Amino acid sequence: MSNYSKVSEFKDGVKKGIPIGVGYLAVSFTFGIWAVEGGIPLPLVVFISLSNLTSAGQFAGTGLMLGLASYFEIGLSVFVINIRYMLMSLSLSQKLDRSTKVGQKLLFGYGITDEVFAIASTREREVTAHYMYGLILTPVIGWTLGTFMGAAVGIILPERLQVAMGIGLYAMFIAIIVPPAKHSLAILCTILISVGIMCLIKYVPFIKIGEGFALIIATVAASAVMAALAPIKDREGDAHE
Amino acid sequence: MNKEMYYFVAAVVMALVSYIPRALPITLFTKQIRSRFIRSFLYYVPYAVLGGLTFPGIFYCTDSFWTALVGTLVALIVAFFEKSLVIVAAAAVLSVFLSGLFL
Repeated sequence: MSNYSKVSEFKDGVKKGIPIGVGYLAVSFTFGIWAVEGGIPLPLVVFISLSNLTSAGQFAGTGLMLGLASYFEIGLSVFVINIRYMLMSLSLSQKLDRSTKVGQKLLFGYGITDEVFAIASTREREVTAHYMYGLILTPVIGWTLGTFMGAAVGIILPERLQVAMGIGLYAMFIAIIVPPAKHSLAILCTILISVGIMCLIKYVPFIKIGEGFALIIATVAASAVMAALAPIKDREGDAHE
Repeated sequence: MNKEMYYFVAAVVMALVSYIPRALPITLFTKQIRSRFIRSFLYYVPYAVLGGLTFPGIFYCTDSFWTALVGTLVALIVAFFEKSLVIVAAAAVLSVFLSGLFL
């Protein structure tokens, strides 16, 4: 750890992670209830959330599990849904404090979810291991605890509220991308190209691509086009035109 | 093999294929990438990912398209004024909840 104190980095991470944790708590009830209703024992349901820490992948995998699919089929399906994380992880590697150790990366790497990536990758300064530990703490607790509450006692918020909470994590993404898009035409274009491709894949009837792959295609295409059209300034840091 | 054991092994398999794509790239790529194109590419990745994760999925995250649309518009407007994450999320949730009473 070079320039920053571990404690203040950790605290900053915790602070930024709390909204994610609250959002996860609210949406993970559903997984808990659904999985025990399918017949998976409570401790295993909680174990799935704690060890997988992902939404689309674990829903798909658990569904296959309930249909007694082969390990290979489960592994492959969940992996395909999770390939997008490779891009996020790679992108984050360039924002990471140079002195971060391998063991530290292997530890917090576990917690790189869509939302954690969203916060970490758009942080103004570089990202340190202790910041990441703090950042993933409440999301892990929220996701696991919410699953437990849903699975153990069928706790669920009133239906209207549960439905409304579903938009919370999406709204966080909007809160993250809109301000930079306001100030940078290149970022706005990146978002529009990516969203355009996602819509094409979803709505053009003869294109049959799963959502995991769709996101990878959209991300790679949008980022590559904009990297060619509007390369960032040729110096350290992430200053751009 | 009993069912519990099958569930457990399946959960471990799922955990591994969730862990590997997240932890390996960041662990293996230790150098600052020199290529200006690739650095630019990686600079734009977060915005492309988050845009693609949000749209059009956000329109299907509630029980009706109309409440989702209201929530999305509210989130966009509040985010345009650069309010904090929590404020934007709370405003969207509240607007979906309220519009759900009518739509």
